[in-house]
Amino acid sequence: MIKILKYSFSDLMRSKWSYIYLAFYLVLGFVLLFLNNDISKAIITLMNLVVVLTPLIGTIFGIMYFYNSREFTELLLAQPVSRSKIFLGQYLGIALSLSLSLVLGLGVPFLIYGLFQSTEIFNFMMLLVSGAFLTFIFVALSVLIGLYNSNKIKGFGYAILMWLFLAVIYDGALLIAMVIFRDYPLDNLALVTSFFNPIDLSRIMILLKLDISALLGYTGALFQKFFGTNTGYVVSMLILLLWVVGPVVIMLQKSKSKDF
Amino acid sequence: MISITNLQKSFGKLTVLDDLNFNLNKGGIYAILGPNGSGKTTFLKVLLGMVIPEKGTVLFDNEDISKSTSYRQKLGYLPQIARFPDNITVNEIINMIIDIRQQPAEPKPLISLFGLESFLDKKLGNLSGGTRQKVNIVLTFMFETTVLILDEPTAGLDPVSLIKLKELIAKAKAQGKIILITSHIMSLVEELADEIIFLLEGNIHFKGSLGELKEQTKGKDLEHAIASLLQS
Repeated sequence: MIKILKYSFSDLMRSKWSYIYLAFYLVLGFVLLFLNNDISKAIITLMNLVVVLTPLIGTIFGIMYFYNSREFTELLLAQPVSRSKIFLGQYLGIALSLSLSLVLGLGVPFLIYGLFQSTEIFNFMMLLVSGAFLTFIFVALSVLIGLYNSNKIKGFGYAILMWLFLAVIYDGALLIAMVIFRDYPLDNLALVTSFFNPIDLSRIMILLKLDISALLGYTGALFQKFFGTNTGYVVSMLILLLWVVGPVVIMLQKSKSKDF
Repeated sequence: MISITNLQKSFGKLTVLDDLNFNLNKGGIYAILGPNGSGKTTFLKVLLGMVIPEKGTVLFDNEDISKSTSYRQKLGYLPQIARFPDNITVNEIINMIIDIRQQPAEPKPLISLFGLESFLDKKLGNLSGGTRQKVNIVLTFMFETTVLILDEPTAGLDPVSLIKLKELIAKAKAQGKIILITSHIMSLVEELADEIIFLLEGNIHFKGSLGELKEQTKGKDLEHAIASLLQS
């Protein structure tokens, strides 16, 4: 598995898209820092971008890599290696290289700006951790979509829809539902619905860490009330972990019965 | 060496392999022929463990292939389309496959046979289809295997490389290997094959030598023999 990981990682690390992604974060980091001139404001602005953007990039990269490396995957399948090693290796290769672009792209501008002299270092780490989580989650989900759909166009469509649903539609639908059913007690329901959306969950996790109640929103406030800040943040981290493990396990199961 | 019993595979409503039984014990070149959609590629992919059959067992050296991956160390596969990660060089892909297979390999003589020395540091994404197919051939033939599976091996090759490939196949045969080959080029099959396995509607319709096939069908060459097999 490590060998497959090594090769798909080094293949991706040499792809121009990784550099474009890295450059984008570098520019974003520098611009935000020097415009805001304040680390904690820059982190908040970045958070809003990271929770939407890392899932999008993870989805697109994941599904593209899956379909593009189809023939290569077939070559690997003909070698004496088990399927789970091949798919886990490729998955980790994509997710790690994207996470590396994120960490380096945002890390460098913040380091240069003087992150270590600031008290914001843990908040910044939280941003990177949740960005990495979202990358791992959405790459796994899109590879899963790829495994279930042999048709490229369909797979690509479903992957983008999934992102759109979780990043945009989910919140809107939830809001409408809350308005319609406002006469009923919805607290627990609203709390639980946030578990089913990793994007919401990471937003809550970062905001709990930043301790800005004004930005927490409805579910975030519930989260804080229900779990308290520290437990809330452990719970959200655990659920995010489940969001990674779940799709990966299904992905490995599916890969065992798939025909190539 | 390879023993297949009651093999069954369908994709949706379409039955591709229907209760196929088949044994291969002797080295030699076996051409797997059949009309489009007769299950040739599916059959080869079942052997490779890439397609998972609904029913039936495949034994490779008495080892059930659904429970093992190590049997593939004795198996070389040349796929129909040669596509690799774009950003990896020829040298890297060769070393990578050696690294993954963990078995001794001799790529050098093959690299010089196909004149690939000047391409070793080039990225695979920048190579032409024919050159990639040569890389593919190196990857397949560089290991010590007992069975070779060649799916349309001549695709995209120039005449010079084609002759070299035929030599490689002949050498493998002389070493007593089992070589399974599919091709649409009948002259190639006529030139190489010791035995013809003709698949039709998911089953073996004919199995025997070229002479037997011609005799049975009274065709004057392989093309006519196959045509009359299909019409009968």
